[in-house]
Amino acid sequence: MGMAPDTQTAPRPAAKAPHERGATPGERVKAVGLRWDSAVGALLVAVFVVGLSTTDGFASGENLAFAFNDIAEVALIALPMTLLVVAGQVDLSVASMLGLGSALTGALWNAGWAFELIVPVVLLVGVAGGLLNGWLVTRVGLPSLAVTIGTLALYRGLASVALGSDAVTDFPRTYADWAVDTTTIPGTFITYPIALFIVLAAATAVLLHSTSFGRSLFAIGAQEEAAYFAGIRVKRFKLILFMVTGVFAAFAGIVFTLRYGSARADNGLGFEMLVIASVLLGGVDFDGGKGTLFGAVAGVLLIGVLKNLLTLNDVPNEVQVIVTGLLLVASVLTPRVIATVVERRHRRAADATDATS
Amino acid sequence: MLIRTAARRRAAATAATACALAVALTACSGTTKDSAQKDTGDTGAASAEANPDAALKKGLKLAFLPKQINNPYEKIVDEAGIKAAAEYGGTGKEVGPSDASASSQVSYINTLIQQRQDAILIAANDPNAVCGPLKQAMKKNIKVVAYDSDTAKDCRQLFINQASSEQIGRSLVQHLGEQIGYKGKIAILSATQNATNQNTWIEFMKDELKLPKYKDMELVKVAYGDDADQKSFQQTQGLMQAYPDLKGIISPTTVGIAAAARYLGDSSYKGKVVLNGLGTPNQMRKYVKNDTVEQFSLWNPEELGYLGSYAAAALASGQITGAEGEKFKAGKLGEYTIGKDGEIILGEPTVFDKKNIDKFDF
Repeated sequence: MGMAPDTQTAPRPAAKAPHERGATPGERVKAVGLRWDSAVGALLVAVFVVGLSTTDGFASGENLAFAFNDIAEVALIALPMTLLVVAGQVDLSVASMLGLGSALTGALWNAGWAFELIVPVVLLVGVAGGLLNGWLVTRVGLPSLAVTIGTLALYRGLASVALGSDAVTDFPRTYADWAVDTTTIPGTFITYPIALFIVLAAATAVLLHSTSFGRSLFAIGAQEEAAYFAGIRVKRFKLILFMVTGVFAAFAGIVFTLRYGSARADNGLGFEMLVIASVLLGGVDFDGGKGTLFGAVAGVLLIGVLKNLLTLNDVPNEVQVIVTGLLLVASVLTPRVIATVVERRHRRAADATDATS
Repeated sequence: MLIRTAARRRAAATAATACALAVALTACSGTTKDSAQKDTGDTGAASAEANPDAALKKGLKLAFLPKQINNPYEKIVDEAGIKAAAEYGGTGKEVGPSDASASSQVSYINTLIQQRQDAILIAANDPNAVCGPLKQAMKKNIKVVAYDSDTAKDCRQLFINQASSEQIGRSLVQHLGEQIGYKGKIAILSATQNATNQNTWIEFMKDELKLPKYKDMELVKVAYGDDADQKSFQQTQGLMQAYPDLKGIISPTTVGIAAAARYLGDSSYKGKVVLNGLGTPNQMRKYVKNDTVEQFSLWNPEELGYLGSYAAAALASGQITGAEGEKFKAGKLGEYTIGKDGEIILGEPTVFDKKNIDKFDF
């Protein structure tokens, strides 16, 4: 089922066939031109240009490397989260899984395990965490919001059990150097976590927009029952999505640990909100069935660049939080407003056509 | 059915192979804690020559990075430091995150580097998470001074310590011991579990409690209020519920002690439980006056910020490099000498009680 059945399962304007007949192709293109994800992309470019022209130090490769690497983990988790939200689900336990991944990395490292062995073990724990989420959602039939609020606490608790209040810091340079903000691909400002993100984002975009798997996710998010009767293995797909999200979150935990050189149980506290905010900001519909990966990526980058720009200009943190909040409200509100406006225009056009003929 | 079993068997076999491979890999060429210890080289902080006669440079830009921006105690420190900067013709500002998590300070350090500040003064949430960017800052000739809560030693040039940690930890136990007649259960209400300063003090408290004269005092719990008023309040409540016969609480954090005093003052435990710790006079005044709290201590945070500001300026002007034994003048506070590991100690903590509290306003 969709996320919020009370408010948004009513038929959307787009589904109201009678008014569609008056829409000319031109008007349809216009409606597409107003798409929120393109608007966020444009906003991202605008913020970038403003940064370049107004703020000292913003344009330096070093700063850009910082700015993007700063959101590396959020960006990585946002990829599977986009797929989940498109399918009408959500996972609030991702930041706790990041913390668990980090704590486990630290605990096993302290216990003398080889780093090369720790990584697959942590990833397996991520899979297991995702499996539990997915199992509770698909087999027990609980809503994902409720399930993952529970596992949010559970995984963070396990992280505290694994490492307590310790911070483990002495990770091998050979690996840590790959994640830090100052190591970039030679000649560019792209750090390795971000390079990895770009590759994974491209793969995810293809998966979501050019495969039957991706189309199935949209179908599940839009109308789960219809998707089921159309022969889509809804439960199987959801289970896989939760597992993928778990493994990405655990991996983000390793990246976070290496990047800060500090494994702790409370790492990434509150990140789940940042991830979901970025995805929603990118125009992915919280009710499922709508959205693009481009939008989600633009949303993540926008939050990152904006934060960097505001910090460089000494805008106090409180104001930054307000700005992010307003952006988010706008991102949820604006597409609805646009849809209503477009709908009215269609209706008026339709009425006009009826009157003249 | 047959196909599914075969598929499962295949999956299991693949997993088993992968595991075996990983273990084998580990055995021959894995990176473990022991093998990695060798490659952690030292980037070194102090290197340049000090010129004790150099004048303080004009127009220095200082940035204070507190644990979190709304921490009232650190605000006092930072504002005093910013004021001090005006004395020697520099400018200061305070920036920082709204939460005190380990990583939240990192992006601020990065932007301060881009802004080409002359010095960063930091109260670290995590001694190591901030290390990478701070080393980067020092490489770019930005001076780094830790205050209140230290970073790892090679990630800053100086650490301005309020008082020696040992003095603080031991004296709080000594004061409380006197107050409760060296008898009964006691608890500690700290800030976050990872706060470097808090944990060091608590270690010394535990060590002091090992002395024979405290044999009838028992530390039953260390609670963490995360320097959040509400959480500290709840933790106090929880302590009293778990140990109704508790005799004393030490809260070595300004947020914690005020919240604990608020709870005790309004409950039946008022007058029965002794609360001591570190607090600011303005926050604690009413609890001292209504007899919820008899005494507490603190150094003067304004002097701490003042000293930090001058120390950073002396570094940035080349008067000192951070090496042990170097001396510098800190305005009206007089001359200070750098101790071991770049540590500068402000002085002894002051005890505040009914008699003297009205002489202080911070």
